[in-house]
Amino acid sequence: MLRFFTRRAAQAVPLLLVVSLLVFVLIHAAPGGPLALYLDNPNVRPQDIERLRRAMGLDRSLAAQYVAWLGAFVRGDWGYSYADGRPVLDRLLERVPATLELVGTSTVAALIIALVVGVLAAARRGFDRVATGVAIAGISLPVFWFGLVLQLAFANALGWLPSSGRSSFGGGDVGDMLAHLVLPAAVLAVAHAAGWSRYLRGSMREALALPFTRTARAGGVSERRIVLRHALRNALLPFVTVVLLDASIMASGAVVTESVFAWPGVGSLFTEALAKRDYTVLMAFLMCASVAVVILNLVADVAVYALDPRTREAA
Amino acid sequence: MIGTIRGSRRVSIAAGALLGALLLLALFAPLVAPYGVDALDLAHRRGAPSPQHWFGTDELGRDLLTRILFGARISLAIGLVSAALSVAIGVTIGAVAGYAGRWTDDLCMRVADAMLSVPRLPLLMISAAVLSPSVPLLIALVSAAGWMETARVVRAEVQSIKTRDFVTAARAMGATSGRVLWRHVLPGVATTAAVATTLAVGRGILLESALSFFGVGVQPPTASWGNMLYQAQTTMSTEPWLGVFPGVFIFVTVLCSNVLGDAWAEGGRARE
Repeated sequence: MLRFFTRRAAQAVPLLLVVSLLVFVLIHAAPGGPLALYLDNPNVRPQDIERLRRAMGLDRSLAAQYVAWLGAFVRGDWGYSYADGRPVLDRLLERVPATLELVGTSTVAALIIALVVGVLAAARRGFDRVATGVAIAGISLPVFWFGLVLQLAFANALGWLPSSGRSSFGGGDVGDMLAHLVLPAAVLAVAHAAGWSRYLRGSMREALALPFTRTARAGGVSERRIVLRHALRNALLPFVTVVLLDASIMASGAVVTESVFAWPGVGSLFTEALAKRDYTVLMAFLMCASVAVVILNLVADVAVYALDPRTREAA
Repeated sequence: MIGTIRGSRRVSIAAGALLGALLLLALFAPLVAPYGVDALDLAHRRGAPSPQHWFGTDELGRDLLTRILFGARISLAIGLVSAALSVAIGVTIGAVAGYAGRWTDDLCMRVADAMLSVPRLPLLMISAAVLSPSVPLLIALVSAAGWMETARVVRAEVQSIKTRDFVTAARAMGATSGRVLWRHVLPGVATTAAVATTLAVGRGILLESALSFFGVGVQPPTASWGNMLYQAQTTMSTEPWLGVFPGVFIFVTVLCSNVLGDAWAEGGRARE
């Protein structure tokens, strides 16, 4: 167990190195480099740009810059935001709670929907066709447009819910914050539940086709118990793995949803930084998101190894 | 069971027909569009849908239906070309990795793993912002970010095909690696590639629309479904038609491509 974990964790290190190289090259591919913003500003003299360039180490070779940046990044020194001069780490950290609130709520909601729909679709043919149609539609929805339409319907036309933000101006009570949470969480939940329910239905079908369910049925076990206790238990592990492996898609979804609903989380920090070409923030965001994805993938691997003895032979 | 297969066949034929109709409308946009692309109707600015302007008009009095038809050319072109390119890259990398094995395989798959670890949309948004792309460059970016899944699946299939007897026979008869790969192994992954392409069309259109929606994709005055939404989002409450209609077109197109890809995958599984 420990050996498996250390081996997988050791594999994650070169992976993250490749990712960091990718991120670094991308930012430095910008015409004018990270200082592109100042090049267009008539108030910044060429001498100043040259001085800044030297101060920031941009006159050194790319390889030296990469090593310096990576070293600083690992030590938690993520530089300063170009937009307001504050440490990038502080700017990111203050946005984390809002994102956790939104992503946490929507993931729990999506899991519940996916479990109910996936199991029912596998067990009942009549329901299956409806569920499949709705799920494909859900996968095809452009998330940002779905958000705009929900705002239009429930905030503008009906006036039931606030259209954006995390709370009313000046801070609100719990009810107010919940009302603000409903629409963005619903958008994310629908987007994820669509794919997950389809996956669970598929692995439930596979489990129900296995000989042991026929044996159980022959032994007089009720259909309900076969579906919920025997098949679901088998289908749950691959399902959880897929959910964890979807972390990268969830990050993309959070960026879009947070921006549409002006939700003050990490995702809208990203779009704000993008509009201002705030490269230090963008790099930190991309690195953090990738590290989170790699860690969740590692968790998925270890969970499968720990919970399913059948996979140990292969691993 | 047979009933559902027939039922889903009808659905996928409908999806294909709809997609074909959209494609034709986009191709012949200058002929079928009721107005010129940039024709201004100053008397009917910000007009709601009406008999003259089915989908309404924007703040300059341009006809929304016309803009959508011309936008379809850009959106569909990006979806189709990026799908073909990303699958071509994916099949090539997957086939080479699966067939060559050893360090080639390791290298290809580690790069794929790394690219799958970076959230796709933020990565593309930064690339697009950094390079301020034209339409062809956007296509290149979307393709470059979309080959990994195809490569993984193709690699696995190639690994299993290359151990089969007919491949060994071809090699015993002196066929070169290139010929074996091209003539004997690749035909075996055709279905996979077709399914991947169909699904990639929808994904490409979604990515284009998301990039344009954030202002880093297709730049005005060129119309695409995504940047029409970008321009509409500020006036969503007063002129909802500007946001609703382009989104419906994105949704329906992606839905058709997903339905088709799904039916194709299902058909492939049923044959096995």
